[in-house]
Amino acid sequence: MESSEVFKLIESKYPDALKSIDLEGIEQSVTIDVNSIADVCNYLKTESELQFTSLMCLSGVDYEDKMEVVYHLHSLLHDHRVTLKVELSRDNPKLPSVSGVWKAANWHEREAYDMYGIVFDDHPDLRRILLPDDWEGFPLRKDYVVAEKYRGWTIRKIKEGFE
Amino acid sequence: MGIIENKFRDNVIITSADKFMNWARLSSLWPITFGIACCAIEMMATAASRYDQDRLGIIPRPSPRQADLMIVAGTVTFKMASRIKRLYEQMPEPKYVIAMGCCATSGGPYWQHGYHVMKGVDQVIPVDVYVPGCPPRPESLLEGFIKLQDKIRRESIATTQAA
Repeated sequence: MESSEVFKLIESKYPDALKSIDLEGIEQSVTIDVNSIADVCNYLKTESELQFTSLMCLSGVDYEDKMEVVYHLHSLLHDHRVTLKVELSRDNPKLPSVSGVWKAANWHEREAYDMYGIVFDDHPDLRRILLPDDWEGFPLRKDYVVAEKYRGWTIRKIKEGFE
Repeated sequence: MGIIENKFRDNVIITSADKFMNWARLSSLWPITFGIACCAIEMMATAASRYDQDRLGIIPRPSPRQADLMIVAGTVTFKMASRIKRLYEQMPEPKYVIAMGCCATSGGPYWQHGYHVMKGVDQVIPVDVYVPGCPPRPESLLEGFIKLQDKIRRESIATTQAA
């Protein structure tokens, strides 16, 4: 099934959830409302003609004026794929977790939290996954400033005239 | 060497004992078996049949308690640094460290933008030999072993171990 057909199915099932459809560019995608992302994902996974059983990737993106979470889904049975996006405010990036739909989302969401500070509500165990627990800040945010020291160790050693 | 340290000048007993002790130490360097990143692949190649580091008496020892050499083979992240320090502290004296590759030496490709990488493992543990390369070929690591053996050959039980 083509992405555009999947988008139509989502639109007919959840007319309020669909915010915009992007059919241009390399990757066709659909932007879903924050509050209904878990429902839409559950529908995409369980519907018999869709069966997106695999969450290939869950990524965070910082666009400086907004945050985004991108879901890449794949159906092993039907061999079709689809891209979902959720737009979030930069000040309070918060959205429902899909770890109840796909187990794989658990660690992906932890990584998105680790790098961007995106909070996934009702996630079973939302804490840092890659960085140390006592790390300050979210390094992949565009406004992240590298600290001078971590536990007394110098983080950046800048040589004179070395750029 | 505790009680006799810095109490004797070179004499026939000390130098003969030196020769024997140093020969024993440098002929059976046992590196603790651990690798952190891609350098570890080259380290494994050095240990395997083609380069055969065993001909220098160097056999990986999978316990810090019975190892006397640590090869820091890879990128030292801040999260890993405290673990490396602990492993080093668990090793009995005398102990030696080889910093293998640019990451362990200086941060390597992470020098400028690696917010999570320690710029040189010598911030946490003392290093005896630095092996440059990204990653160093097995020949380079073997050269590093030989350099370290030369260093051990010059030690004396009657003087404090040079850092």
